[in-house]
Amino acid sequence: MTDVAAQSSNVASATPDTMAWDSRARRVVMIYLPLACFILILLFPFYWMAITSFKPNAELLNYKEHNPFWITSPTLAHVKHLLFDTSYPRWLKTTMVVAIGSTFLSLFASTLAAYAIERLRFRGSPYVGLGIYLAYLVPPSILFIPLATVIVQFGLFDSPLALILVYPTFLVPFCTWLLIGYFKSIPYELEECALVDGATRLQILWRITLPLAVPGLISAGIFSFTLSWNEFIYALAFIQSGANKTVPVAILTELITGDVYQWGALMAGSLLGSLPVALFYSLFVDYYVSSLTGAVKE
Amino acid sequence: MSVTTLPSRGAALHQPGWLARLFDYKPFLIVMCLAPAVGLLLVFLTYPLGLGIWLAFTDTTIGQRGIFIGLENFQYLLKDPLWWNAVFYSIFYTAVATFGKFALGFWLALLLNNHFPFKSLIRAIVLLPWIVPTVLSALAFWWIYDPQFSIISYLLVDVLHWRDSNVDFLGSPWPARFSLIAANIWRGIPFVAISLLAGLQTISPSLYEAAMLDGATSWQRFRYITFPMMMPILAIVMTFSIIFTFTDFQLVYAITRGGPVNSTHLLATLAFQRGIAGGELGEGAAIAVSMIPFLVFATLFSYFGLARRKWQQGEAND
Repeated sequence: MTDVAAQSSNVASATPDTMAWDSRARRVVMIYLPLACFILILLFPFYWMAITSFKPNAELLNYKEHNPFWITSPTLAHVKHLLFDTSYPRWLKTTMVVAIGSTFLSLFASTLAAYAIERLRFRGSPYVGLGIYLAYLVPPSILFIPLATVIVQFGLFDSPLALILVYPTFLVPFCTWLLIGYFKSIPYELEECALVDGATRLQILWRITLPLAVPGLISAGIFSFTLSWNEFIYALAFIQSGANKTVPVAILTELITGDVYQWGALMAGSLLGSLPVALFYSLFVDYYVSSLTGAVKE
Repeated sequence: MSVTTLPSRGAALHQPGWLARLFDYKPFLIVMCLAPAVGLLLVFLTYPLGLGIWLAFTDTTIGQRGIFIGLENFQYLLKDPLWWNAVFYSIFYTAVATFGKFALGFWLALLLNNHFPFKSLIRAIVLLPWIVPTVLSALAFWWIYDPQFSIISYLLVDVLHWRDSNVDFLGSPWPARFSLIAANIWRGIPFVAISLLAGLQTISPSLYEAAMLDGATSWQRFRYITFPMMMPILAIVMTFSIIFTFTDFQLVYAITRGGPVNSTHLLATLAFQRGIAGGELGEGAAIAVSMIPFLVFATLFSYFGLARRKWQQGEAND
């Protein structure tokens, strides 16, 4: 769009040989320069996180003699401290279990719900869909206090199972809407053929609709995994003992001890805690983008 | 696939057991399919929502069942300067951060809508701040805002010589408020940019061509084509953004925990401090419930955005 604009203004103004230069310079100033600034600012905290985790303490707290933007003698001391002197591996394991458990639970629930709403079409199915959508608009911040009492009533306080059961409240609405969109794109005729051939409804779902909706299931799955990995407020409110905490909560509540912050260890913890989702993300970028935009457009 | 379905189809034809017949009975199947999702949402969302509203009218504390005390919690909140402070900062935080996110995010989306090398790689990088756990990037910001070893202070003081002393980011109220807003904008830009980029890509180029033939300037093309065409998606993304910014918890809890002198409390962090940390469940629930009017307002905004989209497409319903 902008290069078309550049061309048109040149056609109006100038001779052919200034045109090429003008449009390139204009492109650099209008697109590349701001884009570079955006990327620099969006990535800087990660760079800072990474470089802090491998800096020895002497360099970390002395900007006069060491250039803070670079490491002269990188060290693994912070990572080692994290992995062997704290329960970090255990927190990682808990987080992984919670994220995978809640992802499967919400995929199961939302696949069935989306299939019922979109394909079994009954009177009132649009209203059920709308109700599930509205559930997405209820933020965790207004639910965590009463939910804490519910969790205590169920005897699940301080147990990762509580998180596995609670996370679907914000995952199911999202996944259901995403999957309704995918089911819509599958031709109805395929199911009719199967019905004529005598397949039952569940066979149709299992053997025809689901295999065709695999991209949607992947999108919903990785999204759920990321959201439950990143969840904070429920994990903070429902888990009390140090051993059962998830990574984001544990770093904030267990690693910060006393008045002197060990920035090296804190940043190493943040880096390690971000890596699984970042890796996951790099494998499935396209699914992320399509699910994000698909859910917004839906 | 057809090969694999053959044997089981035969089995289903020959012996349609009562279970198979039950699962083919449509009303039963609908109930079974909806049960897990609706059950989870009813037990862990609708019930707590109702319970939260009930708790707001009681004096429940941790370990003690409360009794109904009417509007006392709310009367107390109305006289509480800390609550008013949190309301003010929640609105201020939401307004400034949403404005920043959308101004910068829209700009980034327009930039990304051009053709340049490594486009998909850059698009992937842009989404990174949104993917990683907020608390962990908030910790990085906390370290960036450190009073003594802040890298921004280092740049301003030792490299650029613009200032004589380190910036006190989190030590006094207003700098702390703006530092938190900056971190929130940083985190929110990718979501806005990528969602709006998807919207931009649905605008037909022929509209721009027609406008150019009529002699529209690039500002006019933005004002009269891009902006109106983006209105519906802008409304939806903005509703989500407003709801989740207004009820934000993680950033503030991780960076300042409401300090200095309670100046950066959002309603959510205040509710946590009173309800969970302080044990006054009833009062915390009242603070959380006081967020609901704002959320209803934002949801209505979303509804009208959606309605307008349907009207523009000329469809009766989806």
